[in-house]
Amino acid sequence: MTLGDWISQPVNWVFSALGLAVVFSGFRVVTAKNVVHAALYLVGALAGTAGLFLLLSAEFVAWSLVLVYIGAVVVLFLFGIMITRAPTGLDPALDTNRKLVPGVLAAAVFALMTWAAFDAFGVEQITSAGVATDNALLGESLLGRFVIPFEVVSFVLLGALIGGITIARRDLTPVEEEERAAV
Amino acid sequence: MLETVLDIFDNFWVALGAKLLLVALLIPLIGMVIGFAEIKLSAKMQARMGPYFAGGRWGWAQLIADGIKFFQKEDIIPDNADRPVFKTAPMLVLVGTVALFVVIPFGPGLIFRDLSVGIFYALAISSLSTIGVLMAGWSSANKYSLIGGLRAAGQLIAYELPLVLAAVGSVIMAGTMSMSGIVEAQITAGYPYVIFQFVGFGIFMVAALAELTRIPFDMPIAESELVMGYLTEYSGFRFLFFFLAEFANMFTMSAIAATLFLGGYWLPGIPTETLEFVGPVILLAKVFLLAFAMIWFRWTFPRFREDQLQTLAWKWLIPLALANIGATAFFKVVL
Repeated sequence: MTLGDWISQPVNWVFSALGLAVVFSGFRVVTAKNVVHAALYLVGALAGTAGLFLLLSAEFVAWSLVLVYIGAVVVLFLFGIMITRAPTGLDPALDTNRKLVPGVLAAAVFALMTWAAFDAFGVEQITSAGVATDNALLGESLLGRFVIPFEVVSFVLLGALIGGITIARRDLTPVEEEERAAV
Repeated sequence: MLETVLDIFDNFWVALGAKLLLVALLIPLIGMVIGFAEIKLSAKMQARMGPYFAGGRWGWAQLIADGIKFFQKEDIIPDNADRPVFKTAPMLVLVGTVALFVVIPFGPGLIFRDLSVGIFYALAISSLSTIGVLMAGWSSANKYSLIGGLRAAGQLIAYELPLVLAAVGSVIMAGTMSMSGIVEAQITAGYPYVIFQFVGFGIFMVAALAELTRIPFDMPIAESELVMGYLTEYSGFRFLFFFLAEFANMFTMSAIAATLFLGGYWLPGIPTETLEFVGPVILLAKVFLLAFAMIWFRWTFPRFREDQLQTLAWKWLIPLALANIGATAFFKVVL
């Protein structure tokens, strides 16, 4: 494909804009000097990712991303941050001098993912189907061929839920139990 | 002549611009109609006069005057506020509202975009306003705002679940998630789904009231405790944005409920050929009926306590909605 071909297709422009937005927001998530700002940049990154899925005609995945990650996960992040400590303005405690090891780790993960993607697809062009994925087909494959991975994932979530309760819960001492019973 | 004029709308960008303009005009109009209904009805229910002078009769121009008042007010941003977040929050809330109009079917083919995941999209996009509310509460740098924002977030998270689960009943019955598909399925079936989904409809309306943070679920802006909650520091047109979004959301929530449970733009007994003309009127009638019920509740019920609110959602509505899904699925397979 020549450069001219590339430029003449609007989908490439949309893809580039979305991709740049995702990369920028992702970068700001880790560099923001205010923890609420970081969470809000995460919203931007996730919204951009949902846009990328829309470009692939994967409507259901895109809106799942919005519903679950933006609507629930980031909202809970924000909720948790604000209910504990969230001053407006810059927070110097968010900066660290130990940047080397995380930097190397991040670069390694990036290299690994890039290598894996190139190894699997090379320069093969994956064109979008143009029409949205059939929801009935998606549902049937999730509850048919892929039913075991699907159920295993929900089992992991159940485990996480019980683990969360175990960590957060504190058993009452006998005195406290009596007090509670008295009320 | 008319056809050549209409040909312009074949262009994607022209059509997009026209649709955006239509929604941009629709939202203030709806806000004014429902807002005016609210002030007049509340006055009636409390045996007061309500607005009387603006416009000469019935005070019909009251909300136009209010709108102009908001625009000429000073745009105040508190010194300690986080300016970019403070400014973005009302826009985000309004975007969540505008985006909901995309999937509301006003008649056969009269829909901005009939997405195959219509109802799922509507529920996903409405969660954007939760972020907007949290941003507003936090960025104001005000205790009352922050508490209001936190209460709102806790409430919106808790009631989003029953809202989504209640909608699933109708989706199972229709066998599609497309909004116009659900209406067509009701036309084919010959009855509105509320007949079998009355539990789902009830849960949906209660959860919708809570999502709209209206009385009896208005703890986030409880004026006797929190001044005005997350809206405390907002003034001028930014406040107007929240205000418009609230009333437009009443419209969209009622429209979604009408589509899922009450047959949308269709009424039993109306010949389907005439729906293209009568459909929007039928839908609007249903929407305003539901909006009237919401206003009626507001001036009838006292406010819940915070723990009662959470108990209602987690211990009653969610199990009930799950049982409703189970029962619906059972009958769908058996019958």
